[in-house]
Amino acid sequence: MHDAAAHSYGLAHHFEDIEQQHEAGNLGMWVFLVTEIMFFGGLFAGYAIYRAEYLPAFEAGSRLLDIQLGATNTAVLIGSSLTMALAVHAAQTGKRNAQVFFLLLTMVLGATFLGIKYVEYAHKWEHHLVPGLRFAPDEMLKPGTSLPNVQLYFCFYFFMTGLHALHMIIGMGIMAVLTRMAWKGRFHSGYYAPVEVSGLYWHFVDIVWIFLFPLLYLIGGRY
Amino acid sequence: MSGHIVPVRVYIGVFLSLLVLTGVTTWVAFIDLGPVNTVVALAIATVKMLLVILFFMHVRYSGGLTRVVILAGFLWLALLIALTLTDAFTRQWSPLPEGWGASTATPQSPR
Repeated sequence: MHDAAAHSYGLAHHFEDIEQQHEAGNLGMWVFLVTEIMFFGGLFAGYAIYRAEYLPAFEAGSRLLDIQLGATNTAVLIGSSLTMALAVHAAQTGKRNAQVFFLLLTMVLGATFLGIKYVEYAHKWEHHLVPGLRFAPDEMLKPGTSLPNVQLYFCFYFFMTGLHALHMIIGMGIMAVLTRMAWKGRFHSGYYAPVEVSGLYWHFVDIVWIFLFPLLYLIGGRY
Repeated sequence: MSGHIVPVRVYIGVFLSLLVLTGVTTWVAFIDLGPVNTVVALAIATVKMLLVILFFMHVRYSGGLTRVVILAGFLWLALLIALTLTDAFTRQWSPLPEGWGASTATPQSPR
């Protein structure tokens, strides 16, 4: 494969062949994602400890979230993962228009997610559920529920969803660059690593939400 | 190129499965199963995660080296959570000082 044709297909000279280059790129991205897993993992561990410690308050806090908006957002984000996977597919099969279309669709779904998230945050502000700044729940909580501990729940809620939303915003910035590159026809069946590696990042952000949704919205006891 | 091209119908199938699982997990949240609610919610989330990792992230078609790195990552996550929890749940905490008792949910005037 060490010929001019291979180089025109984007093979860097320090790799044996295109297969090795492909695996190295994906492996590098996975190593980064593992650091991200540990990054979010610390928050998940903290959440587990304080939820076990202050279970009634965390359940009370969870019931103050809007489960319909949460479930809708989960579906929207899963949809954006599908369109991202289809964008990678379009790059692998060298379809330029499909790449641009699916990347734009992924951005639209990402923006929809953030829009719904904004509506939720606005509700929390209106209902005095923002810890530190504006915290005095309007809703009646069970007698004996510790307000500072409910506030702690909302600290976790805002930190975890906020950090997730930040990852989405970064992801959409990456999508914008990719869309421009795809529009210029930079990706084809021989070179699509940027799309594939960005796809891994986007799916990772989806997985974080797949766990945030049950942990924050669902396991507080809705019955 | 070398990357395995996954058929579009596989992606659609995974997408529909994820939607169904999201519906199921939301539905179960409204049924009182006691502590089992948490187990079911996390089990469904884990299945959804595996679907995304294996198919959307192509790990089903990737090489052994990538798989080992991913498994090592999850092993470290398990260590992080398990060791932190064993520490937190087996400690003797000192009692709260006088006057530090948590306030209760008496109605407060919103600011």
